[in-house]
Order: sequence, then structure tokens, then C-alpha cells
Amino acid sequence: MPFTIKVNGTPHSVDVDDDTPLLWVLRDLLGMTGTKFGCGMALCGACTVHIDGQPVRSCITTIDSVGTSAITTIEAVGRTPAGQAVQKAWLDLEVPQCGYCQSGQIMSASALIADNPHPSDADIDGAMAGNVCRCGTYVRIREAIKQAAAANTNRKGG
Amino acid sequence: MSQQLIDHPAPQSPSRRDVLKVGLGTGGALFVVFGIPSIAKHFQQDTNIASIVTEAETAPFAPNAFIRIDRQGAVTLVMPMVEMGQGAYTSLAMLLAEELEVGLDQVKLEHAPPNDALYANAIFHRQLTGMSSSIRAFWTPLRQAGAVARTLLIAAAAKQWGVDPAVCSAKHGVVSAGSHQLSYGQLVDAAAALPVPTPDSLALKDPKDFTLIGTPAKRLDTPDKVNGHAEFGIDTKQPGMKVAAIAISPVFGGKPKSLDEAAARAVKGVRQVVRVDEAVAVVADHMGAAKKGLAAAAIQWDDGPNAKVSSADIVRQLEEASKQPGVMARNEGDTEKALASAAQRLEAVYQLPFLAHAAMEPMNCTVHLRKDGCDIWVGTQAPTLTQAVVAQLTGLPKDAVKIHNHLLGGGFGRRLDVDGSVLAVKIAQQVDGPVKVVWSREEDIQHDMYRPYYYDRLSAGLDAEGMPVAWTHRTSGSSVMARYDPPLFKNGLDPDAVEGAAEPPYAFPNIHVDYVRVEPPGIPTAFWRGVGPTHNIFVVESFIDELAHAAKQDPVAYRKTLLGHNPRALAVLTLAAEKAGWDRPLPSGRGRGVSVQFAFGSYLAEVAEVEVAANGSLKVHRIVCAVDCGMVVNPDTIEAQVQGGTFFGLTAALYGAITLKNGRVEQGNFDTYRPLRIDEAPVVETHLVKSSEAPGGFGEAPTAVVAPAVTNAIFAATAKRIRTLPILLKFPS
Repeated sequence: MPFTIKVNGTPHSVDVDDDTPLLWVLRDLLGMTGTKFGCGMALCGACTVHIDGQPVRSCITTIDSVGTSAITTIEAVGRTPAGQAVQKAWLDLEVPQCGYCQSGQIMSASALIADNPHPSDADIDGAMAGNVCRCGTYVRIREAIKQAAAANTNRKGG
Repeated sequence: MSQQLIDHPAPQSPSRRDVLKVGLGTGGALFVVFGIPSIAKHFQQDTNIASIVTEAETAPFAPNAFIRIDRQGAVTLVMPMVEMGQGAYTSLAMLLAEELEVGLDQVKLEHAPPNDALYANAIFHRQLTGMSSSIRAFWTPLRQAGAVARTLLIAAAAKQWGVDPAVCSAKHGVVSAGSHQLSYGQLVDAAAALPVPTPDSLALKDPKDFTLIGTPAKRLDTPDKVNGHAEFGIDTKQPGMKVAAIAISPVFGGKPKSLDEAAARAVKGVRQVVRVDEAVAVVADHMGAAKKGLAAAAIQWDDGPNAKVSSADIVRQLEEASKQPGVMARNEGDTEKALASAAQRLEAVYQLPFLAHAAMEPMNCTVHLRKDGCDIWVGTQAPTLTQAVVAQLTGLPKDAVKIHNHLLGGGFGRRLDVDGSVLAVKIAQQVDGPVKVVWSREEDIQHDMYRPYYYDRLSAGLDAEGMPVAWTHRTSGSSVMARYDPPLFKNGLDPDAVEGAAEPPYAFPNIHVDYVRVEPPGIPTAFWRGVGPTHNIFVVESFIDELAHAAKQDPVAYRKTLLGHNPRALAVLTLAAEKAGWDRPLPSGRGRGVSVQFAFGSYLAEVAEVEVAANGSLKVHRIVCAVDCGMVVNPDTIEAQVQGGTFFGLTAALYGAITLKNGRVEQGNFDTYRPLRIDEAPVVETHLVKSSEAPGGFGEAPTAVVAPAVTNAIFAATAKRIRTLPILLKFPS
């Protein structure tokens, strides 16, 4: 059946079964390939997007559950203050290696920073443990989240 | 894979490229002569365009296969090796840019097309990215390529100004002499008209004059990996493209027996159901429909001859085979005699499991097969092999098979094999138009080609002072080399299976190392990040720790005694021990372990600090790594590889195991084939030894060194010796 979803501020109409995962609508029908497929079972976080600011795994989020919520993907997360701070920290600290999981890492980290301006190590563990990186960029992910949090706080303060 | 598909062109001298050079030419001429592709990589930020865009490149100046400069001064560097996270695209570009005298901000990169004659890795004589060889293979050729281009641009400027080239200098894409200045773009036509010097005739920069090599230059691929624009093979978009989900026989060698095609086709968006020998594909408008259709097809399988294979049988087969002598890899002195007269004798069996690669980007390949040609969009470590195999399969000439390579969402050796492209082409043979075949995570893990199971027997004799007088090591397992590169499998010896075993860094007066080849039924084997050393360093560094314990000596001190002849290994060991605070006391339940490694041309020593709680739970707290990898191209990349390689190796050491039951792989996704996660990741410290030695390989080195450091630390904490990986067989979480 037809659905109209709002992705990065723009409405898109697709005609698919109601149990179609949002991931494949984004990637295969809307051509937004920044959101990645990794496991299909919400085990790796590569497909993370924001729905109304909350991080969700798009591989198990069916299209009929999205309604009129605002979907944000890696392609537009840089328009949010937290997303911008996280992307800058990722660049500054050279976080990515192969890069495939990093869209999901950045989406999870952005949601964390937006929600929690001063995440502790335990907060970072809690928010990021669902995102797998096989290249093992975890040391730099942790450092970059701390840098982004500091930058985000400073900017808000100034 | 059949043997004849692998070309082994003779090693070429750099001057071979002179024969292929063109003078003033058009892009069209370059296509003819070099086959340079039209896929160009641009670095553009703050746009919605991915950094890899298709563009017909024309460049008047192309003095070799690696460099093109256009009249606007845009510099394109063609990357002969692939980028899979290890940083090769930045480090190789740094080698070219250093001698070309351009900044990294001035260059764009391009994936090399398949061409062994132009882009072969000098270590393999083939265009393969693997064995941590990129920098070692291209350290000289790419600097020479840059020097050739710079020499021609300077000569063109000097001629125009009527001055001696010796008074001219080049910097950041501009040639200067006194008040004269011309940009590279202004010089390309004149430079292209000059005879190309022999690369060997040019003096390369003295390392003390390097301005780029040795600096922590920013990676060229990072911006697009942060904004979602990086294009991996799985991101390919072609007009009219369909996507396909696949199910491969759950038992290797099995076949689909029956399926409900009508049910699959009834799913909205499904276009076609395709059967090939070992698999079923459902082709659809999107992967949601394809997967739903595949589930609806309710495929029944004929399991074939491997239906009863189990891990236990494979291990029994190895155990039995390893009782007989193998093919000798090294024999010095007389180990039998030395063992007979030793004051103390030790024996041990070590076992390492099958491992899957589980790259984050699942296997995928997009194919557009036509009567007269075939386009392949894929991320591969072996582009020429892919082209050869597809040409054989389709009956097309190689030139009609275009390989559009991509960034790899992890390689780890998995993408050295071309089974994914072969399957996609077989499916595409029944599909009209381009089709993207994407494997599920379960297919990716259950139809991987696995790091072999190894079964190793060791013995050692110690003298009255506890020092080794004899060392024997027999490794048994599948030969990946015999399948992948048969000419390197000589006289029954697989050099990869014994790498790290045949040449341990320690001084043993009598040493015997041999190899027993045992091919397990029903499970294909392949290279896995760290290859031979990932297996053998664990075994050697664990057993040497056993020797130290038997000798009642400190593990670091014992190793130092045996490394007197090996100053670089001794130096990294000393540095790692010092930085880790080896002699500082630890609370009860904690332990430190050490390992030392020489592999891929680099020396590493690592100290792990672990804690085993009263309930048996294990936590790795800290890893300290000392590195001497010779001259460093990019120290930030070295640090990143220490961090990442350590976690890749630690994941396998702690959790990694592929097991078989009734011919089926028992693991399927990240719940059963468990990766290390951020909350389990220890602190990792990297300490570099300054070195002027030739650069060593590094993408795999840290993967190998970590496991024995951790198991030796567990022994220090608990007196439990881990001889079979993964560790969590003994320490369940």
C-alpha cells in the first residue's frame, strides 16, 4: 500500500507492503545509501537513523510504524547541532577506517550528545554498545564523542 | 577456483612502464594505451555528490599509469591497491605526492582498473591487496612515479625559461626559478612532449627532506565516510537495476531440491525467481520484497555429500594426521638428540578454530551482463582475478568485462576470493538488466570461506638453566595457498601455514618445523586478516611462555635472553615492558602477559593486562603495543591500525569460532558470531620506535600479536594455560 514518509524534511511516497523495513525503502527506493545494512536483526547498528530525534534500527522498523514522524538520516544529521559536532569530531580524530559502520555510529553518537550533553564513559558504553565496528575504531569513537560533547556544550554556552 | 585463471606475469622492472608511456595525447589515446577507467574520485565536501563520480577523464599529461594532470592543474592519482580501512589510499597518495611535490589537498583519487601489467603488487606480481604488502610493494615505484612526473614538469619549465633545470624547484604544484613561476597545469602540454626518463635514473629524496611522508596527514577518504557519501559496492545504483536476495545451500555442496516459486512471486515487488546450481535468488524492486519472497519460497535442500560433516570429526581427523611427520619447513641442528639429553622436556597441543571474516559490508556484487559485455560493480581485493573468472564464466573476452571497483566495507581477506562475483554473474545470466545481489548476514557468515582450523603439536627441551636446547613445531591444517596460488605451494609446503612458526625471533640451537596438510570436507578455507602469523604467533608466544614458566623465569626476562641476536625485537619488547610497567605489582586476580612478533616486515611487542574475577569472568583492561615498522609513512594510520587490529585479533581470541554440525555452520549473525563491542574494548596504547629501516607491512601485524599477550596474562592471573581458542570456551561471559 502507499505510504508517505518524511525523510530529512522532505515527504516521499512509496508503494510497498506494510511490513517493509524502513532500511530498504531508504536505500533501494529513495536511493539514500548512507544508511547501511549490516545484520537485519538490530544486532549491529549500521542502519541507525533518527525518528523524532531518537536512534532506531531501520532494519527492523517497518514502514507502517513510521507514520508522520520526522526521519533523519546520515545525509542530513549534520544540520543538527549535535550531528555537526559529532561529524567534526569524527573528522578531527580520524575515526573511520573502512567506514561502513560509521553512519550508524555517528547517528547513535549524535542522538546521545543531543540527549546527554556530558556523557560519562558508562553513558557512552550504554549508547554505543549496539553499534559494531569490525575495524575496531572504538578507542577513537569514545574520544570523538567526548570532544563533540565538549564542543556542543561550549557552543551552547557561547 | 581453477588454477589456470591466475596469471603470473613475470616481474617487471620499473622501466617497463616507459614502453607504455604516451606523449601528448588525449584521454582517448590514454584509454587505448593504458585502459585507464572513467571512474574518477573527487574530494568534495558540503555537496550531495559522492566523492567517487563517473567522469570521462582527459588529461594531457600522464607520464605513467599512476599520475594524470590536466590543464587546470588537477592531479589524479590512480590507486593500484584498494582501500578497505587500512589507510592505503592516503599512504600510497602520500608516496606519490611527496616526490610529485603536490599537497594532498590538490589531488583526487581513482580506483585502478584491473591490469596486472600496470598495477601489479611487486610482492605478488599481481594486482592483489593483501598480506600487508601495499607500502612495501609500492614504496619505491610510487615515489619514482612521482619523481618522473616532477622531473618532466621542471624540465618543461626550464626549457621555456631557458634555464638549467637544476636552478628550478617544484613546490605545491608550481615550478619556480628566480622570479619565474608556472603552475603544473600550465606546463602539462610541454611536459608531455618530453622524453620520459627512466625511473631508476632519478635520485629520490633523502628521507630527511620528506615533508609529507612521516607526517600524520589527514586521510583522504574520511570526509565521505563521515557524511554518508562514501560509495561501497553495496551502494551501487544503476538505471533499471533490480536487487536480489539469495539463499545458498546450508550444506556446502548441496543443491536446492524444491521451492514454492508462486508464493515468492506473489510478494509485492518480486519480479523473478532464479535457480542456480547451489542457490536460489529472488529478484525484486527492493530488498524488503526480495527477502520476503525468499522466505515465502520455503526452499527444500538436497544436502549432498557433506550432510554429516561436524567439527568434532574434523578435529579428530587433524589430531590423527598430526601424529605423522609433515613436510619440513625448517630443520637446524638435531632436535631429537637435543631433546633426548635435555634436563627438562615439554609438550603441548594448541588448537585454533575456523573463523569467519564478517566484514561489516556483507558480500555483494552488482552485474549487468549483455551479449557483448559485462559490467561488475563490486569492492574486491583482487580485481584482475575477478575479471579473469567472470570472463571465463561468461565466455567474454577479458576486455569486455569491466570491473568498477569500490571502497571496501572491510576486506580482512574475504574479498580476495571471488565466489561472490561468480554467484552474482550466474544469477545475472538469467536476469535482463543490472542486478545487485546482496547476501544476508547469515549467508555471509554461513557461506564464508574460513580461516582454517589448525592443530599444532609442539615440544621443547630445556637445559639445566632452563634455556631451550630444542624446539619442534608441527602445524596441521588446510592449505589456503594450494587453492589460491598454487605456484607458491611448493613440494607440499604452504609457506603461509608456517609463517611465524618457521622463523621465530628466538635463538634455538636445534629447531624442527613441519607442516601436515589436511583438507577438511565440506568447508572452504581462505586467507583471514593476519594470515599465518595470526595462527602461529599465538602458538609460539604461548609455548615460549610455557618454557619461561618451566624455567621459573620472568616471561620478559626469559625472552630477552633469547633475543640477544635480534636488536629490533629486543627493543620493542623492552619498550612495551617499560611502558606497561611490567615490574609494577598487580592486585590479586590481575595479570600481565607479553608477546613478541616479527611478521610482515614489522616488529611488535604487546603487553596485555587482564582481570579474572572470582566468578571467572574475564576483562581485558589495557593493551600496550610497541612498534618498529621501519620508516613510517603516516603515524596516525599506524596508531589506528594498532587499535583496530588489536580489537580484530581480540574479538577472535575471545569469541571467534565457526563450528559445523550436520554439515551446517552453527553461527549465523552477530549474536552467535560475536564481535567485540565498545563496552568491552580495552585501552590501547601505541609506542613507536623511530627507525630508518625499510618500511614494514602493518595492516595485519597488530591482529596477530594480541591473542598470546592476553592468554599469557590469563595464565599470570590464574595459572590456567589457554591452549585452545577462543578463550571464552574456558571463561564464559
